[in-house]
Amino acid sequence: MSVSDMFAALQGALGQDQDIREEIRKVVQALEQTAREILTLLQGVHQGPGFQHIPKKCQKAREHFSTVRTQMESLKTKFPADQYYRFHEHWRFVLQRLVFLAAFVVYLESETLVTREAVAEILGIEADRERGFHLDIEDYLSGVLTLASELARLAVNSVTAGDYSRPLRISAFINELDSGFRLLNLKNDSLRKRYDGLKYDVKKIEEVVYDLSIRGLNKEATVGAGGEK
Amino acid sequence: MSGKEGSGGFRKRKHDNFPHGQRREEKENANPSSALMTSFKSFQLELDTRHDKYERLVKLSRDITIESKRTIFLLHRFTSAPNGEEILKESEVKLDAVRQKIKQVAQELIGEDMYQFHRAISPGLQEYVEAVSFQYFIKTRSLISVEEINKQLIFTAEDREETTNTTSNSRDKQPHTWSLKVTPVDYLLGVADLTGELMRLCISSVGNGDIDTPFELSQFLRQIYDGFTFIGNTGPYEVSKKLYTLKQSLAKVENACYTLKVRGSEIPKHMLADVFSTKTELIDQDEGLP
Repeated sequence: MSVSDMFAALQGALGQDQDIREEIRKVVQALEQTAREILTLLQGVHQGPGFQHIPKKCQKAREHFSTVRTQMESLKTKFPADQYYRFHEHWRFVLQRLVFLAAFVVYLESETLVTREAVAEILGIEADRERGFHLDIEDYLSGVLTLASELARLAVNSVTAGDYSRPLRISAFINELDSGFRLLNLKNDSLRKRYDGLKYDVKKIEEVVYDLSIRGLNKEATVGAGGEK
Repeated sequence: MSGKEGSGGFRKRKHDNFPHGQRREEKENANPSSALMTSFKSFQLELDTRHDKYERLVKLSRDITIESKRTIFLLHRFTSAPNGEEILKESEVKLDAVRQKIKQVAQELIGEDMYQFHRAISPGLQEYVEAVSFQYFIKTRSLISVEEINKQLIFTAEDREETTNTTSNSRDKQPHTWSLKVTPVDYLLGVADLTGELMRLCISSVGNGDIDTPFELSQFLRQIYDGFTFIGNTGPYEVSKKLYTLKQSLAKVENACYTLKVRGSEIPKHMLADVFSTKTELIDQDEGLP
């Protein structure tokens, strides 16, 4: 093979790669749009009256997730199944966002942390790499950390809206989450940076709880809500 | 400032009602066997395993880089002199050792998605491509293909100990075969670096009195440069970045050929070496040579 033949063949391979990426980008854009819709929907819980509508919002969000599942099905077809990490960068951001949104919905519904398997199911993907298009553990953890920031904000807005018990429950939840994250040995990558933000979320929520407790508001709340878990 | 304790004073210190101590205890006593903590323990294990493998691959890649570089230095000592054959033989021994390291990389990657760890091994593989293509050029005056390179990276088990479990996702067709495929991009980046070595070869070969090699190299490098131009910006960013250095290497070789052509008839061979041992800028400025 002459040098020019070799380069022509290489160019063919590179071109093919570019084509695949173009197809992936299109589906990812659609996923990003759906994610934005879910986010806009859920942001409403921070408003005063929004608190009452939480169950309804969760339900609507779940409906949107079925769109996500359809789009994921489409994404899976755009590249060879055993080359997930070759193209992972394209959907990493939107997947982390979707994990956060799923975790937020599950928290609003049950005040628990959604498991990796449960998120994978909501998004219509696998939890294990061997089974196909999967949720990488670092993307799951990043999404969960975003949830922590969102809950810190929710704690603040709960108080403003007159709900004094929710922040206490958020506090317990975030503290347990923090303990969990402290078990991890992270490298100096983007996950580590995101994790470094967790302590500020913890601090913010502690300040909310403190503000409530010095005013005795938490006691009112615990009497009403049945105690801190 | 004396602190007031208890509820007697109007002003309370922040700590008094902020249950720091209590909260710290609560955190430390977060139920270690709660579902959440159990999950995170398994995450810890999963991440540690992944990071450990990545580190092992980084170490292998570094070894591959070092040994490949040494092979390149060795090959620069090649001339058509009698010890040339020895040097080629020794280079083959060295490259075989590098290939053994690549075999270990392949074994680490069994059942894994190679691209998850690609950044760990890419530098080593590029250096290997540079070394093996340099040796190939010296032997054959042509460019080794990526297929030829990958053919040499298929390994079979030599003894029982090397048997490992393979998953259905493994690239291998038989249980005791491992292989690694150099990607088109790593191949291109290695070849781009090769041109730098060829440029050095050109300059040094004149010093050895070899005035044919520079012209061969000039033609060869031009073919490679044409190839990269053809690819242009359709490749990843790293490939486009190398194009600039490639152009400079080609220019140096072309200038060397020019100098040889123009001045070769005037200067005795042994003085030609002096012309080329100075920096390129000096060669350009050097107008008053007798």
